Amino acid sequence: MSAPAVASLTCPQCGAAVELRTLDQALSVVCASCGSILDARDPNLHVLQEFQARQKFTPQIPLGTRGTLKGEKWEVVGYQVRRASIDGTDYFWDEYVLFNPYKGFRYLTQYDGHWNDVQVVKTVPKQTMHGEQPVITLHDETFKHFQTATAYTEFVLGEFPWQVNVGDKVIARDFVAPPRMLSEERTDDETTWSLGTYMTGDQVWAAFALPGKAPHARGVYANQPDVYKPLAGSMAKRYLLFVAIIAALVFIRLVTASRETVFATNAQFLRPGAPADSLAFVTPSFTLRGRTTDLEVTTEAQVDNGWAYFEYALVNEQTGTTYEFGREVSYYYGRDEDGNWSEGSRRDHALLPSVPAGQYFLRVAPEAQVPTPFLEYRIVVRRDVPTYTPYLIALALLALPPILVGLRAWGMESARWKESDYAPSSDDDDDDE
Amino acid sequence: MTARTAACPNCGATIEFRWSSAVQTVCPYCKAVLVRRDLDLEKVGMVSDLPPTSSPIQLGTEGRWQNDGFVVVGRIVYRYDRGGWNEWYLRTMHGGDAWLSDAQGDIAISSSAKEPGLLPAADHLRVGQQYVIDGTRFRVASLTRAHYAGVEGELPFTTWDRDESLFADLDGDGSGDTPRFATIDYSDGAPVAYVGTYVELEQLAPKNLRRIEGW
Repeated sequence: MSAPAVASLTCPQCGAAVELRTLDQALSVVCASCGSILDARDPNLHVLQEFQARQKFTPQIPLGTRGTLKGEKWEVVGYQVRRASIDGTDYFWDEYVLFNPYKGFRYLTQYDGHWNDVQVVKTVPKQTMHGEQPVITLHDETFKHFQTATAYTEFVLGEFPWQVNVGDKVIARDFVAPPRMLSEERTDDETTWSLGTYMTGDQVWAAFALPGKAPHARGVYANQPDVYKPLAGSMAKRYLLFVAIIAALVFIRLVTASRETVFATNAQFLRPGAPADSLAFVTPSFTLRGRTTDLEVTTEAQVDNGWAYFEYALVNEQTGTTYEFGREVSYYYGRDEDGNWSEGSRRDHALLPSVPAGQYFLRVAPEAQVPTPFLEYRIVVRRDVPTYTPYLIALALLALPPILVGLRAWGMESARWKESDYAPSSDDDDDDE
Repeated sequence: MTARTAACPNCGATIEFRWSSAVQTVCPYCKAVLVRRDLDLEKVGMVSDLPPTSSPIQLGTEGRWQNDGFVVVGRIVYRYDRGGWNEWYLRTMHGGDAWLSDAQGDIAISSSAKEPGLLPAADHLRVGQQYVIDGTRFRVASLTRAHYAGVEGELPFTTWDRDESLFADLDGDGSGDTPRFATIDYSDGAPVAYVGTYVELEQLAPKNLRRIEGW
């Protein structure tokens, strides 16, 4: 034999049928037709408070809906809308009363598309201070004070395991340790603590098999879990792995690079001030052997307080492929009130990243502007020379994702606390309105 | 615990006792309140129908608590101006007893304190007072003047001569893993302390729970 789960009663105010789903566990039940709050324990359901909400609200989860939370079945039996006024702005949120005769009561709250699965905590948590900010420790978890506000009951529907009245007032203090939130509600008579766990609208929609899609959550909620912070952490760890790998690659490159000199001129001389065309020449041909690799052209010119410019073309004799590039060598020095100074260098390295094997020559068109009558210079060509540049670029590019995610994590954390009692005072100018 | 039987002096039905030493029982058929006088039962009154309950506990529910099995043998329904609760009387396999209260879905189990210390008289009770009971510091959280709204089953005392009693609910200091509470019961005049903890129903490994339609 199983006992009936619902009792049917009659509203003394309007005569409509009133269903009682929690039977003797309910203390108040609201008549769905006239909104009167009735004493659920009185068989005649005497009226505790006539309808006096200022506006009507419709719950997103209809009363009587059953759903599954963490593997347990729950039925929505009550709904209230509460309001808090903070700095002259009214904030409204929903609270659903859930019931399972074998589990008792549980609650769901909803604000701006953010949900919390809430259970009453019987343990009285311990409060300490962290500077100016109260901190609560419960089951080895530390909750930071987020906000204190006075909350008023605005609208009620269904059944409640306490005597509910529109206009009920509690002092509510919220403490957060995302994804959890510990809330204290204090009246003159009693203090209750509850522990909420953040849920997304999609999770609630799935749990209660609600039609359509859950409304999008707006902003960052007090205990909304930070998806970016752990992601940024794991990305930073992965980045360190990349750094190690790249360091190993650099090491291997440094050890194995052949740095083979394939061509070098003797000391050359040129006349400063002469046009480049008149000084142009081609080098004897030289051979690149082995795999395609980089080619370094070193230009060393004994410039003294002047510059030399070299217009180069590296030409493949077989294919005619030409690599053109210009290099400047300049070196200035002197002495002023700060002492000796110098700028530039007498040596320049140009790197062609990837040159295949073959027979090559260099066409060189030099010109120079120096205070000496002749300029001595020398050209050295080496293949397979290690360089750091591609590795540094790789490191910089790989650093971008963790940096971007880290910035988002930081942004989410500041957005979260912007809504708290600990918001930076930058938005004080709003108070003047 | 041997189940003993007796005939209801009111309706003649056979009453089976779950607990052989019950002081009072209620005939499940005619709702006569019966008090044991030596070997006979005497009818001392009638109970009206109990309000429909959504409690999953019922007479005969069994479970385990602190390495001892128990069976629910009796129930008192208390009412007060802002609520009410069921107080279930448990007999344990080791011959002890305990109370299981279920109020608005919160389940708590308690037994009489071993070292109650000096308890205040009813008219000296104040919210906020602190008492050490069984080595734990408790704070008086609320005072409830409740009346008997109904009884069923077997109880260790008579209730027909009682109407109203005063209870002090005390909260533990939050130390330890389980949320502890204490109650000081003034229904006998002299204060009697009970200490216990809030539990989830499944922690009691319950059997023979009431089946509730649709759940």
